[in-house]
Amino acid sequence: MIRAEGVGLRYGESGAEAEAPEVLQSLSFSVPGGGWRWLLGPSGAGKSSLLRLLHVQARPTRGRLQLMGVDVGEARRKDLPPLRRRIGMVFQDFRLVSHLTVFDNVALPLRLAGRAEGQLRADVTEMLRWVGLTKVAEMRPTLLSGGEQQRVAIARAVIVRPLLLLADEPTGNLDDVQAERLMVLLQEMNRLGTTVIVATHNMQLVDRHPGPALELARGRLVHDG
Amino acid sequence: MARRATRAVAARLATSRLDGLGLRHAPGWRVLPLIVAGMAFLAALALAGAQGAAELGRHWQQGAGATLTVQIPRPAAAPTPPVAQGETRRDRVLTLLRGTPGISGVRPLAEAELSDLLRPWLGTHAEQLALPLPAVVAVTITTDGPDLPALAARLEAAAPGTLTESHGPWVRRLGLLARSLRLCALAALGLVAAVAAGIIVVATRAALASRREVVEILHGLGATDFYVADRFARRASRAAGLGGMVGLALAVPVVAVLAALAAPFVSTLPIEAALPSPAELAASLARLPPTLLWSLPAVPVSAAMIGYVAAQLAVRAWLRRLP
Repeated sequence: MIRAEGVGLRYGESGAEAEAPEVLQSLSFSVPGGGWRWLLGPSGAGKSSLLRLLHVQARPTRGRLQLMGVDVGEARRKDLPPLRRRIGMVFQDFRLVSHLTVFDNVALPLRLAGRAEGQLRADVTEMLRWVGLTKVAEMRPTLLSGGEQQRVAIARAVIVRPLLLLADEPTGNLDDVQAERLMVLLQEMNRLGTTVIVATHNMQLVDRHPGPALELARGRLVHDG
Repeated sequence: MARRATRAVAARLATSRLDGLGLRHAPGWRVLPLIVAGMAFLAALALAGAQGAAELGRHWQQGAGATLTVQIPRPAAAPTPPVAQGETRRDRVLTLLRGTPGISGVRPLAEAELSDLLRPWLGTHAEQLALPLPAVVAVTITTDGPDLPALAARLEAAAPGTLTESHGPWVRRLGLLARSLRLCALAALGLVAAVAAGIIVVATRAALASRREVVEILHGLGATDFYVADRFARRASRAAGLGGMVGLALAVPVVAVLAALAAPFVSTLPIEAALPSPAELAASLARLPPTLLWSLPAVPVSAAMIGYVAAQLAVRAWLRRLP
């Protein structure tokens, strides 16, 4: 599913990259299909940068990163959108489209995948029922609570049944009850066969849901297992 | 209940499928139709100018450029060679002209026509002044035409003092002027199109800047460059097309007035001192060159196409920053 060999990442414009410091250095790890990984480390350790790489929002500046058999560094640009459509991403700040309704936010990945309007209603309705948001389907996300918005984000991330689900501090804006409910959803996805990687610095959450972890410090992988 | 559901579906279609990026409320689009309307107005005038110059050039080329004027002075004003019984100098010239290859028409002007030509200079009593007016023959030549110096020499021999006046040199000059005007008009048309494209690019970038976050969300969800660029391009195309239609609507009356004013110069219509009436303006639209009649409706279509292509290119260039 994921195979990283000596992966490094620098930010900056092309040409200026060589002068920028590496935010990720020589990462080598692999995650099998259907696996679970916590992504741990203090702020600035490189968790979000690694998630950007895994979400194909950046390409490694050195090393080799393979996602679902696709070499992210070498792939042609036009081959990346289909790869992204097989990856779900949940952000701490939700990143919902504020001018769209809850229904349309969840339907967005299906529309991007070219699903006909007549064929997506049942799937979206079922997904909203799964996350318990059927009653707010026609509301704008800005009118919802943080927990409800996070569930919309989850629904949007999993509506296309992704092979890889990434979550960046997904419980950061949630109270304990909402956070537990979110964890149940993520674990259910994992049980259904989706590879899940959850970045967090909430060690209490990790303790309550123990599992294998990748731990980063200053851009380096210091623990795998 | 059903009405509410219908409204919800309509709202969803309006906000998502047709405008998934919320571009309807993005800055830049609102003023775009107004600016493009101005550009389309100028483009329509430039188009009409180019067509008008081409028509004038063609008319001059086919009219005055294809004619000769031959003046045969009266015997008192020129030496008189011996002539056959009953044959006048004018008859000899006409016979010679009619037998010359490259001449398709020979028409001697009547006395009344000569008086009409002189009336602007000599007044309404020109014929009573007893001036020794020459006989004048209007000659139409073919495309190849005769050898003019040789023809002049033969006419001089047949009727000494005969003058042959070719309109070719000044018609060629006018033709060159018409072609230059046409090129200038086409250059202005190209410039207007380029400026319009530039304005559309700027408006698109403004809309893009205001929707950057949503574009990045869509990109992360797997939207292709075409999907994103197409949303912007459709909006830009619609705004530009609307502006093009407004600009064309404003330009049509102006083109009609110019066409009515230019009509006598490109046809046999008499020149009227008074400005054309609304009915004459409407009629002048029907007399526009077919090429112009077809090309004017192309202005809003072209504006819409320029809008689509310019916005597509602008958005795609911006999206290249993303992996």
